[in-house]
Amino acid sequence: MTGTKRGSTGQIGARRKRVEDPRLLTGQGTFVDDIQLPGMLHLDFVRSTHAQARIAAIDTSEAAKCPGVVAVYTAEEIHGFVPLLPGPAELPGLRAPEHHVLANGHVRYVGEAVAAVVAEERYTARDAREAIRVDYEPLPAVTDMERALEADAPLVHEEFGSNLAFELPLGNETAAALEEADVVIQQRMLNQRVIPNTMETRGIVADYRRSDGQITVWLSTQAPHLIRSLLAELLDLPEHRLRVIAPDVGGGFGAKANLYGEEMLAVALAKQLGRPVKWIEERQEHMLATSHGRAQLAHVTLGAARDGTIRALELRILADMGAYPHIMTPLAPLQTAAVMTGCYRIPCARAEIQGVFTNTTAPDPYRGFGRAEAAYYLERAIDLLARRLDLDPIEVRRRNFIQPEEFPYSSPTGYVLESGDYEVCLRRALEKVDIGALRQQQGRLRSEGRYIGIGFASYVYRAGFPSLPKLPRTGFLKGGWESAWLRVDPMGKVTVLTGTSPHGQGLETSLAQIAADELDIDLEDVVVRHGDTASIPHGNGTMGSRSLAVGGSAVLLAAREVRHKALRLAAHHLGVEVDAVRLEAGRAFLPGHPERAISFADLADLSYSFLDLPDGMTPRLEASATFEPHNWNAPFGTHVCVVEVDVQTGEPKLLRYVAVDDCGRAVNPLIVEGQIHGGVAQGLGQALMETVVYDSEGQPLTVSFLEYATPTASDMPTLEVELTETPSPLNPLGARGVGESGTTGAPPALVNAVVDALAPFGVEHLDMPLLPERVWRVLHEAGAVR
Amino acid sequence: MAKIRVETTINGEATEYLCTGQQSLLEALRDELGLMGTKEGCATGDCGACSVVLDGRLVSSCLVLAAEAEGRTVKTIEGVAEGTRLHPLQQQFLEQGALQCGICTPGFIVAAQQLLESHPDPTEEEVRFYLAGNLCRCTGYDKIIRAVLEAAAVLREQTT
Repeated sequence: MTGTKRGSTGQIGARRKRVEDPRLLTGQGTFVDDIQLPGMLHLDFVRSTHAQARIAAIDTSEAAKCPGVVAVYTAEEIHGFVPLLPGPAELPGLRAPEHHVLANGHVRYVGEAVAAVVAEERYTARDAREAIRVDYEPLPAVTDMERALEADAPLVHEEFGSNLAFELPLGNETAAALEEADVVIQQRMLNQRVIPNTMETRGIVADYRRSDGQITVWLSTQAPHLIRSLLAELLDLPEHRLRVIAPDVGGGFGAKANLYGEEMLAVALAKQLGRPVKWIEERQEHMLATSHGRAQLAHVTLGAARDGTIRALELRILADMGAYPHIMTPLAPLQTAAVMTGCYRIPCARAEIQGVFTNTTAPDPYRGFGRAEAAYYLERAIDLLARRLDLDPIEVRRRNFIQPEEFPYSSPTGYVLESGDYEVCLRRALEKVDIGALRQQQGRLRSEGRYIGIGFASYVYRAGFPSLPKLPRTGFLKGGWESAWLRVDPMGKVTVLTGTSPHGQGLETSLAQIAADELDIDLEDVVVRHGDTASIPHGNGTMGSRSLAVGGSAVLLAAREVRHKALRLAAHHLGVEVDAVRLEAGRAFLPGHPERAISFADLADLSYSFLDLPDGMTPRLEASATFEPHNWNAPFGTHVCVVEVDVQTGEPKLLRYVAVDDCGRAVNPLIVEGQIHGGVAQGLGQALMETVVYDSEGQPLTVSFLEYATPTASDMPTLEVELTETPSPLNPLGARGVGESGTTGAPPALVNAVVDALAPFGVEHLDMPLLPERVWRVLHEAGAVR
Repeated sequence: MAKIRVETTINGEATEYLCTGQQSLLEALRDELGLMGTKEGCATGDCGACSVVLDGRLVSSCLVLAAEAEGRTVKTIEGVAEGTRLHPLQQQFLEQGALQCGICTPGFIVAAQQLLESHPDPTEEEVRFYLAGNLCRCTGYDKIIRAVLEAAAVLREQTT
């Protein structure tokens, strides 16, 4: 670590209240739907009702006649001014289908946009949408990946001749190690398709000013600069006249890190029509057309010695590409492969990846993107192994943990883990649940016919991506670096600009803490601004648990530079050498001479006064900085879940949830806990209830909150979270990511707990979600209930 | 289209607005009155983001027609704080860090206030069940539950 200074105001590590909260608590936040512009038009979409069909005809004449309708568009009408969407990242051998903003004669999933309406009012647009007649010729569809790879499966893209999008092997050789292993376990595991369901759906307002060609876009996004570059490139707009603003954003979870067709069309139409255009996604549209998450299937093979030492791990992964993969869609299984060996010393590991087209909405990043899947497979497999060998699953984990002195550790799939201390999280988690007493209680209750299960998951993932040589197409991710700009105004108040784009992570607070700590001033004297490309230096946004570790480090570097300049100016003013001056608690002074001091505010004012500056010093206390991580950092932790399964109903009831997580230096533990809580809730949601269901024709049956269950307050247990702090050597803050820790730890912890509860019935595995019906059926088959 | 004139009381103030027959109360609040604090999360009454209190009853304003507010009283998030002074519930949400993205938060505050008016001393389980109609995707609810229980204690102290 490069020594983070702890200021006397003690900001770093403090549970500061979030500065963004007062506006949000009083209804004064500004989300995209709160933006109203004079003359604003409303955009709406007709969406495919078929999973696969040829479009014979579209009749828009009735809709066009509706009073208040300004224009109606199909693929034909937007041809020439709205380009194709960017294809997926270019992997070797990947077959990339054309992705039209409006379906071009053929639809490939339910929810695909077919036509668009622009009207004076939202209701008018909706009525007109209903008046558009689409003549479909339905074709067979396939939504299941295994079925999609069968020789006689319907083809999603006829021109490719099969539904295989790409194949990629990663890792080293496993065959010999598996051959020599004393025991080999094999299990097919499903990481089912889930829906991000941000509580704010997607939305955009686009405004074009004819007089000078200025375009302003308010967009619910995680990455305004990346979206601006994409829009400028695709729509051939001058980037400097395109302003993208991410106002308050109501959740993203990965699903708002992409440019969508609806968004590109709204911008193009605002320019075409010369009036502001607004589109607010309906909840049902969100369930159909916003990217989904997970949708992965793996055949897991784990080989080990009799004592539980793991020799080899193999994953045969099917990754769903949907019908039209987005830029990052194919990267999910690569992420899985990269971290597939988790926190364990596994010498041989190999992933055989197949990307598969289906007649479904494309999956894309969803909190945990690829790495949560890996932790699930491995942590489940370890429990299977422990069961097979009749060993304690805790001991099997311990036996295989990479030890602190073994870092940096290179995994067989090419990921270098920089540091960690897995034992410490496991030990604390076991202490917190009092494992000895808990297991005694479990045994006692079992004899009374009550079934308690204890599930463990020790995870590691990778966060805060570095710049990679082979990043996706141009216009998107420019690198892993992040920017910051810090300026001190004449009265000594500080403004920090960050290229990250928070949407609930509390960065207005935690980044301010970093700046306040370094400058040793009050938190109230710092304001953090973000999300407006007109005023914020280019940044890569908020995704992949990067913002605090990477963006926060950029803020620290900028603050450090300003601090040095302030010290030089103070030394000049006080007539001493710079080394003699200290900057502390809002003032610069000469230790031992309290009268020889200048307040930070006066210093700031002085910095604007050219004649008072030392020779060669530029006016103003301000600095811009960029931080580039040279590797991903590795957050880790152990989660323990305790459940009781009602064998009569199959319902798993959560008794306790304990999470011990390590995100390195925690700048604001209040915020960090919240990140873990939310992630755990989403992880438990996946494990217990969330799933997208398609019928045999490819119709999604889960298109509202009535059919697609997300956890409510009554579904969730009290969450017991503790943090350990193993600093990361990869950034000056010593921070690791934390945003995806909960979704990574929770699914295996919960499933392991339920399977443990059902051990007396010989149950070894259950696929998520563990709905009571599914659990009951397994118990029924095992003869536990009739 | 002829508009309907509605006379109602919103956050204690006599208010008039014009609406169409198909507009929801949510839309009237936002689009006609500029009260943007009430949010749309689903427009089907499943998520609670648009919670308001209508004549003392907690409702999803997306499922109430704007015209139905005639002669009734409506309380929205804008009426919870007194000037710049946060309501104890809002204060406790702040203290506990019980919000993240904040879009569901107005609905939670309005619903929780309604709970505490009828049940000043709820158990944790009661709070969890009462708020089960409000979805939050960010917080995992834990800090929300703590905040509501703390606020209940503060409010009880204030009334004794």
